Amino acid sequence: MDTIKLKIDNREVEVPKGTTILNAAKQLGISIPTLCHFEFKGMDVHNRPGGCRLCVVEVEGRRNLAPACVTECMPDMVVRTNSMRVINARRTVLELMLSDHPNDCLQCAKSGKCELQALAIRFGIRSNPFVGPDHAQSSYQIEVSPSIIRDMNKCVMCRRCEMMCNEMQTVGALSAIERGFPAVVSTAFNQHLDHSPCTFCGQCVAVCPVGALTEVDNTSKVIRAIVDPTKKTVVQVAPAVRVALGEEFGMKPGSIVTGKLTAALKALGFDYVFDTDWSADLTIMEEGTELIGRLTKYLGGDKSVPLPILTSCCPAWVNFFEHQFPEMRDLPSTAKSPQQMFGAIAKSYFAEKINCKREDMVCVSVMPCLAKKYECSRDEFKVNGNPDVDFSITTRELAALIKQANIDFTKLPDEEFDSPLGESTGAAVIFGTTGGVIEAAVRTAYEVITKKPLPKIDFEELRGLEGVRSATIDVDGLKLNIGIAHGLKNARKLLEDIKAGKCNFHAIEIMACPGGCIDGGGQPLHHGNGDIIKARWEAIYQADKNMPIRKSHENPSIQAIYKEYLGEPCGHKSHELLHTHYFDRQTTVEVDLNK
Amino acid sequence: MDKIIIKMKKEVSDKIIEICDRFNNAPGELINVLHQTQDYLGYLPAEAQELIAERLHIPTAKVYGVVSFYSFFTMQPKGKYPVSVCMGTACYVRGAEKILDAFEKELGIMPGETDKDGLFSLTSLRCVGACGLAPVALVDGKVFGRLAPANVKAIVNEYREMDKQ
Repeated sequence: MDTIKLKIDNREVEVPKGTTILNAAKQLGISIPTLCHFEFKGMDVHNRPGGCRLCVVEVEGRRNLAPACVTECMPDMVVRTNSMRVINARRTVLELMLSDHPNDCLQCAKSGKCELQALAIRFGIRSNPFVGPDHAQSSYQIEVSPSIIRDMNKCVMCRRCEMMCNEMQTVGALSAIERGFPAVVSTAFNQHLDHSPCTFCGQCVAVCPVGALTEVDNTSKVIRAIVDPTKKTVVQVAPAVRVALGEEFGMKPGSIVTGKLTAALKALGFDYVFDTDWSADLTIMEEGTELIGRLTKYLGGDKSVPLPILTSCCPAWVNFFEHQFPEMRDLPSTAKSPQQMFGAIAKSYFAEKINCKREDMVCVSVMPCLAKKYECSRDEFKVNGNPDVDFSITTRELAALIKQANIDFTKLPDEEFDSPLGESTGAAVIFGTTGGVIEAAVRTAYEVITKKPLPKIDFEELRGLEGVRSATIDVDGLKLNIGIAHGLKNARKLLEDIKAGKCNFHAIEIMACPGGCIDGGGQPLHHGNGDIIKARWEAIYQADKNMPIRKSHENPSIQAIYKEYLGEPCGHKSHELLHTHYFDRQTTVEVDLNK
Repeated sequence: MDKIIIKMKKEVSDKIIEICDRFNNAPGELINVLHQTQDYLGYLPAEAQELIAERLHIPTAKVYGVVSFYSFFTMQPKGKYPVSVCMGTACYVRGAEKILDAFEKELGIMPGETDKDGLFSLTSLRCVGACGLAPVALVDGKVFGRLAPANVKAIVNEYREMDKQ
């Protein structure tokens, strides 16, 4: 590979051709400040608009300062990253940015995690010379959707959210609009997110450097439910939360904190601390049975069977196909997501068991996800207006709750989930990452189809972090073709292939977020550090290995609920409680015959 | 959770589809498509942008981003008698701003808007090549030169009267 030698701050460095000054400096341990720049290592995600100009450096022989994030290194270049001229320019850029930014850091949801705030601290900004008359600033309406709050007064136009929405997710809900001071990132015609193709995946929130995009905070509603003596509170925790929550308390990425998490939820005062992993096992029973059913019909000669079957656990993915591929909505499994299966069972089977009226039970979910907030607000998941899951909170919100309650998380002793909706298997915990749902399904489908025990539980061929993967699994002679995609742009590729008839998959797993739920929009912020995602990913498979039972159909409390309550998978009762239907939500232009 | 259906007159949608086809529905031709659509409709209503987005396979938000970025594009239907006040250098130094103010006051609208009867719309533009007559305004394509704010009311009334007949 061609390399280039150059000097940065009087130190020599050799880098491959095409390297930016920013990355060359990084190699020397010089961290040039950036704001709009965003690179997500290992996920093929880049935002390099070169727009904020905070990373400017002095290049000998060049008249103007150069933005380090988009300027490529040249042979024998001499770069200064910390000259007086550079530092003054950066301060001015920052002061100009702050002149049109609210000063309400104390009340801001991003306070302490805000990249703009960190820069203001780093540069010791104490006053603002550019304040306009009457402190005039751009002002926009704050918009609240079921998942996301958009406070565009705080937007710094880095356009990371726009990149995520359009390039990584190909959703196209957000775009930069207007110009000059009114310029902002918004939806078409400034309409509400609900009326846009937004999937509520929350990846825009995950990359927003400031407080412009945040999640809807349900923590106070949760506290109110816990202290209400007339309510029974039931909490469920998604698999990906247990490998990320520790980070909020200074623990190393990839720490598995299941026991402490359970202890914290009990200390917070929830009446029943259960596990979404339990309903993930239930999902496998339903979805797996549906897969086997469709396959058997298909192999029996019925070519009208909708195949490939697509997983339906991810609510952002459900929103995506409802908006963008509604004509294919007969393909996804009708099985509800584990969050909604849990809610439906908690407010029926479990409520009956503890003799609690539906209205007196409050079901809370802790999710790595923002779309889950939207999902639990959908009308089809309510009975007489009472939702199966009342509030969904993110991993970040749970951390905030634990801190508010004076709980020293790292010192908590490990505790167990309550019974019966707390027992789970290794197959359920891998739902938290890309490839996990389909691996769990295959573990069960294999044994159900062949009636033989699996020779090997780990399906390494289904694992990985590449955007689109495929594998053929030999189910005792039956060749099962499996596709996997994470990140909605990759999902789109597979859907286009299916549409074009270029696809021979029997089953496809899709997760909307890059890496799956471990990098969901509600997880601790990773600031583009791909190593954090890798560590969570490894932890998920470690958590699977740590489980005594690793196949969903062997979960004794799942076997019990079928015996005493549900009957058989995909049976009448299951259909009523555990399955759903999808809508066509595409915006279309039609000819008006009345005009 | 309902599907959003946008209704449009057949002749309008046919015409927009024809414009998009003329540019092979290529996403890179968005600006040309918008130009021709605005030529045809006089403005770019949300429905037209939705249809163009659908035909060119680009997100509606992106189409709206372009429409809202360029001041040439407008989502306001033009009035029957569009008023454009020249803000070019020559007109500006001879008091064009006061002329614009007078039109704003007389019509009760700001630049970029159309009055509620749909009679007048107001914009500013840069130089119509009649600098000798500065300050200049165009009303329905007709040039009015050497304007003073006091003339504005009479001009507006002239068109109001004409419209009544």
